[in-house]
Amino acid sequence: MGELLKTSQSGGKLSPCDIEANFDDLHPPLNDQQVNSWASRCLFCYDAPCITACPTAIDIPRFIRQIATDNVIGAAKTILSANIMGGTCARACPTEILCEQQCVLNTGEQEPIEIGALQRHAVDHLMDSAKTHPFKRAANTGKTIAVIGAGPAGLACAHELARLGHDVMVFEARAKAGGLNEYGLAAYKMAGDFAAKETKFITDIGGITIKTGQALGRDFSLQDLQDNYDAVFIGIGLTNMRNLGIAGEDLSGVSNALDFIETIRQTSDLSTLDPGEDVVIIGGGNTAIDAAVQAKRLGVNTVTLAYRRGAEQMGATNWEQDLAAKNGVIIKHWAKPVEIVGSGHVQAVRFERTQLLDGALSGTGDMFDLQAGSVLKAVGQTLVSDDLNVLDIRRGKILVDASGMTSVAGVYAGGDCIASGEDLTVQAVADGKNSALEMHKMLEG
Amino acid sequence: MADLRCSIAGIESINPFWLASAPPTDKQYNVERAFEAGWGGVVWKTLGVDPPVVNVSSRYGVHKDLGRGIIGINNIELISDRPLDVNLREIEQVRKNWPDRIIIGSMMAPVEEQLWKELAIKIANSGVHGIELNLGCPHGMCERGMGSAIGQVPELVENTTRWVREVVDIPVFTKLTPNTTDILLPAEAALKGGAHAVALINTLNSIISVDLDAMAPTPVVDGKGTHGGYCGSAVKPIALHMVAEIARAAETQGLDISAIGGITTWRDAAEFIALGANALQVCTAVMLYGFKIIEDLNEGLSDFMDAKGYKSIEDFRGLATKNTVNWNDLNMNYDLKAVIDKDTCIECGRCHIVCEDTSHQAITIETTENGREFTVVDDDCVGCNLCLHVCPVPDCITMEPVDNGLPYQTWPEISTLRGE
Repeated sequence: MGELLKTSQSGGKLSPCDIEANFDDLHPPLNDQQVNSWASRCLFCYDAPCITACPTAIDIPRFIRQIATDNVIGAAKTILSANIMGGTCARACPTEILCEQQCVLNTGEQEPIEIGALQRHAVDHLMDSAKTHPFKRAANTGKTIAVIGAGPAGLACAHELARLGHDVMVFEARAKAGGLNEYGLAAYKMAGDFAAKETKFITDIGGITIKTGQALGRDFSLQDLQDNYDAVFIGIGLTNMRNLGIAGEDLSGVSNALDFIETIRQTSDLSTLDPGEDVVIIGGGNTAIDAAVQAKRLGVNTVTLAYRRGAEQMGATNWEQDLAAKNGVIIKHWAKPVEIVGSGHVQAVRFERTQLLDGALSGTGDMFDLQAGSVLKAVGQTLVSDDLNVLDIRRGKILVDASGMTSVAGVYAGGDCIASGEDLTVQAVADGKNSALEMHKMLEG
Repeated sequence: MADLRCSIAGIESINPFWLASAPPTDKQYNVERAFEAGWGGVVWKTLGVDPPVVNVSSRYGVHKDLGRGIIGINNIELISDRPLDVNLREIEQVRKNWPDRIIIGSMMAPVEEQLWKELAIKIANSGVHGIELNLGCPHGMCERGMGSAIGQVPELVENTTRWVREVVDIPVFTKLTPNTTDILLPAEAALKGGAHAVALINTLNSIISVDLDAMAPTPVVDGKGTHGGYCGSAVKPIALHMVAEIARAAETQGLDISAIGGITTWRDAAEFIALGANALQVCTAVMLYGFKIIEDLNEGLSDFMDAKGYKSIEDFRGLATKNTVNWNDLNMNYDLKAVIDKDTCIECGRCHIVCEDTSHQAITIETTENGREFTVVDDDCVGCNLCLHVCPVPDCITMEPVDNGLPYQTWPEISTLRGE
């Protein structure tokens, strides 16, 4: 579909066809000519800065050269050997703050190589054409490892463990594996049911069993896993949605942006979704943008994203902010919600204008109301740690050492539930893979 | 606008750019389009003795860089596959339609005096300004005893040149093959045979690539391939060398040179002229871009001449010839060091890794808070230029001469001083 949305030509509602188109690939795959053009521009830097910028340290110059020399399967193997979720990362990574930001051509030609798009070209080619899994498992070690959570961290960990010859049992609370890849990323970033396709690809290596509908604390305890498995990896993410802590949050029409995104991701017919005429999104991260842009693409007339600080402080990258603007999202900076107004159903959100005084955010006393048929909260998630009380938790995240091990021997953790870096798919993959390597070292050492 | 007129073998041309004998000059239609575009002349595609040859289907292969830029073409096409008379009538017509443009008739025949003479006379009678002897085609025709099969034997070069000289009173160009160990030998033979000019280089023998599915050289003709003639910008360095050798050798003084070999830009043209060429022939570049490139060739050469103050081609022709010397005449005391401009460096590290892996370990990397800093170690730098060539940033790396106070000394001089 591209970065620009289809709008109604008649002023009326969008047709189901238009809506479908709005949720197709945000960035369609490169064609062969584009692939060749970008691949041949790569300078093949020595000790390339793009590699350093990637949490999974994909050898980017190598895979681009492999593409340029017509060895696309080889390129995909280079990518996947460092990052088994190279497909999702190619689609969802904020490359503008990672590899592409570090591309030396930003300095010279003022435009980096399209690393993400080239990565997608290679990985898609392999996933679409290879008849067998690209990696072979090592001889069976006889060890079985439990993984809690089938999100990016858990799946990456499971895959690496399976590759090293271990058997892996993955416990997933939800009905589908994939975590935020399946439920939490904007649909136009993961078109074609890519999360499910990738989960299958990852588990096709063998030795990985995923049990869905199995929640920590409800269906099993951490102790159960410690007793029955050789090691445990926790990749449970952050599942508790933060509240605004203001009056009116319980009105109907007020919900979490992640739930909104999940509904979009899981529906079979987008045209049945109707968030109303005026949608107000509160928050400044990529989830807020994902929700806002998708609301516009469903055909909502007025979508306003309100953030209590300025553009500079937004968690969403500049590129994401531009995407929102391009899609007609109204962004209000320096606006702190103070009350959600309505009786039974939300009618408006009352904001106070804010300012920075000596570095501290403070209200100005100026108030304004935004009409709202629905309110989507995107103010972050926190760790649900009720069933992890044997572990050290620090500042709301599970504490791990350099090897990814928690305060309890044999129990590792990674992804959004630890404080390893940005809350990104690619970081979760890096955590999961690194923990797997460390667990292997511990078990075989 | 500088004066681009040139003179070669007594022929005056409005500019030095002629199309070489090849597919672009196969017939009236193409040639007239070339003249409309502004080309100064053409060497008509080589004519042979009737009946005409038959060409195969699939004729060209290309050599590309990783960005799909074509570096060279290889072809397995033979000479004109149209009847001689058809070609000659068209030549007559074009001569009438374009009186200020040059047409040279290219020819080849089996090594029989009578055949050469009869064909030369017929071609001369069509009104061409001169005749070019194709003694260079390295594929197909050579298997029939023509083309490079003649060009590789100096005695045959001399004989065929003489035969043509004896029967026509227009300038004779002997076109040389580069598929030889010493280009001076056929050039001297051409001079002895009476050639007014030599034209070089013809194509280089080559297999351009192998189709790894068909397991055959390309271009693949029904499952098989053969060696062909390589041309295009990749062969320019070889052509420059051969032109320079003829231009600077005492034995070949007096031969005019029609330079051919990968000329694609006005700069290429200027380089050949600087090495002594009187006029130029172009083929591959038009086969890749069409005839319109003549505009840039003409204007670029003219602008260059204006910028340098050269009023005519003769003003700078051969200026680089006197500076083209043997290795033994180079100054052994000249010392260059690479200098990296840290303000424009984009930190790709290419200079470092090529020096580190393949040269003299003379570029260090230091990681600072501002990024990576690359520095030349003067004591280890031999001034080889490799870093400068691989650097993607224009003028970021320059080579600075070291003032070491030492005199110009050649290897033989140093060798004598060392008592060797």
